[in-house]
Amino acid sequence: MNFFREILLEQLPGFREFPSIVQTFLPMLLGCLVCLALVALFPLIAVWLERKVSAHMQDRLGPMRVGGWHGWAQTIADGVKLLTKEDIIPKGADKLLFKLAPLVVFVGGFAAFVVLPFSDQFIVSDLNIGILYVVAISSLGVVGVIMAGWASNNKYALFGGMRAAAQIVSYEIPTVLAILTVVIPVGSLSMQEIVKAQAGGVLNWFIFQPVTFFAFFIFYIGTLAEVNRTPFDIPEAESELVAGYHTEYSGMRFAFFFLAEYANMFLVSAIAVTLFLGGWHGPWLPGPVWFIFKSMCLVFLQMWLRWTLPRLRVDQLMYVSWKVLLPIAFVLVLAAGTIALITEGPA
Amino acid sequence: MKKYFLDIFESIRTILIGLKITWSHLFTRACTVQYPEVKWELPERSRMRLFNKIEDCIGCGQCVRACPVDCIYMTTEKRNKEEDPWFASDGTPIKLKVTQFDIDMSLCCYCNLCTYPCPTHCLVMTPEYEFAVHTKKDFLYRFAKEEPSVMSDPATPQPTSN
Repeated sequence: MNFFREILLEQLPGFREFPSIVQTFLPMLLGCLVCLALVALFPLIAVWLERKVSAHMQDRLGPMRVGGWHGWAQTIADGVKLLTKEDIIPKGADKLLFKLAPLVVFVGGFAAFVVLPFSDQFIVSDLNIGILYVVAISSLGVVGVIMAGWASNNKYALFGGMRAAAQIVSYEIPTVLAILTVVIPVGSLSMQEIVKAQAGGVLNWFIFQPVTFFAFFIFYIGTLAEVNRTPFDIPEAESELVAGYHTEYSGMRFAFFFLAEYANMFLVSAIAVTLFLGGWHGPWLPGPVWFIFKSMCLVFLQMWLRWTLPRLRVDQLMYVSWKVLLPIAFVLVLAAGTIALITEGPA
Repeated sequence: MKKYFLDIFESIRTILIGLKITWSHLFTRACTVQYPEVKWELPERSRMRLFNKIEDCIGCGQCVRACPVDCIYMTTEKRNKEEDPWFASDGTPIKLKVTQFDIDMSLCCYCNLCTYPCPTHCLVMTPEYEFAVHTKKDFLYRFAKEEPSVMSDPATPQPTSN
């Protein structure tokens, strides 16, 4: 928050004379606008990138027409199309929940952007419970997904919603345990503290520490499942459930789900970067560039995995979560605790 | 217990193999042909739009009879014997004046059966395949040069035919 306050102090001459309520809320508004711009802009790039990556992995070209250079404006055109489409609400749908669900899903992803540390200064709010806040607020998305599935009054949507709930809740546990293996050595839940603990060279990043190395992969697999990406996309499995929980959605409401999905992709990658890949640390270039670059690399990895692996069966999905990831995560937390006990002594 | 760990390693190994394959395909040249700019060269004897070189047509009507979907409409008039004799480019005398030679390409099934019996080889299939039009009527290609006095029966296709 101080970062945006300082920007306003510099750029807005009469900022100090404003009423105190404006002085409090204007930096907040600015921070949220920056986050919103990011949330709105990233999907535009990511959707295009995903189509390009998928196309080239299948020896195709993907969008090539709109906008000239390799169809860069395709997503904008699609966005305009979605905006102008008819807004259909099914007759048997629960109208209030139906309208509310996309917003809940979107807000769940958007609110978590507040604690992303783009650089040592550039963070909207450095909460002292940052990572806990992320885990809590991003779980709000599940509520929205179930709302959408239930309110659509459609069997496929309901199936998708139920599957999403089962999947996301299951994978949250190994993910949070993997986060714990980072939190134990750092001794803080604040995102900035976690990044600062990884200062001083690549080898200090948590991905290159013995315990957290494995935790990174558990975290990555867990988050992959939480954002419903292939191979964990059974909540919206096209071949079984039409489109899962957003089967009945059209136009802008559908676009909100889409936006939230891609915003969440960036979110989980950014959190993985914060926790394991040294956050904004990096030579020569400024922090935000490194942070976004590392996040985009992980986003690319998500796309790469999506176009490589087939979808898991529901029982396989549960097997991976409860019988593979969870035991390993427990062992890692124990190991991290033991190491902390040995190196730092009993608290 | 041993199998459990072996399975984990096996899955990681196979995932890496899959990732390697997709990675290598990321950099192989796409096989997409950017259609309007780049076009495939058609194979020899591709069966596309029909063309009739009306100067060589002797009006024998064999193509009309060969057509399985009856999309060729032909009307002929007997030539006056006092007029100068006409010859097709291969020397066949033209005794009938073709006053109507219409092919409805919207009905054509591209079977090529009409071109085989043609004695003067004036009815051929061309490699031209980009002939989409806005109305069905425009698919009627008229090859005869002069207006016929009497049109053959279904000369103009109806816009809505079953």
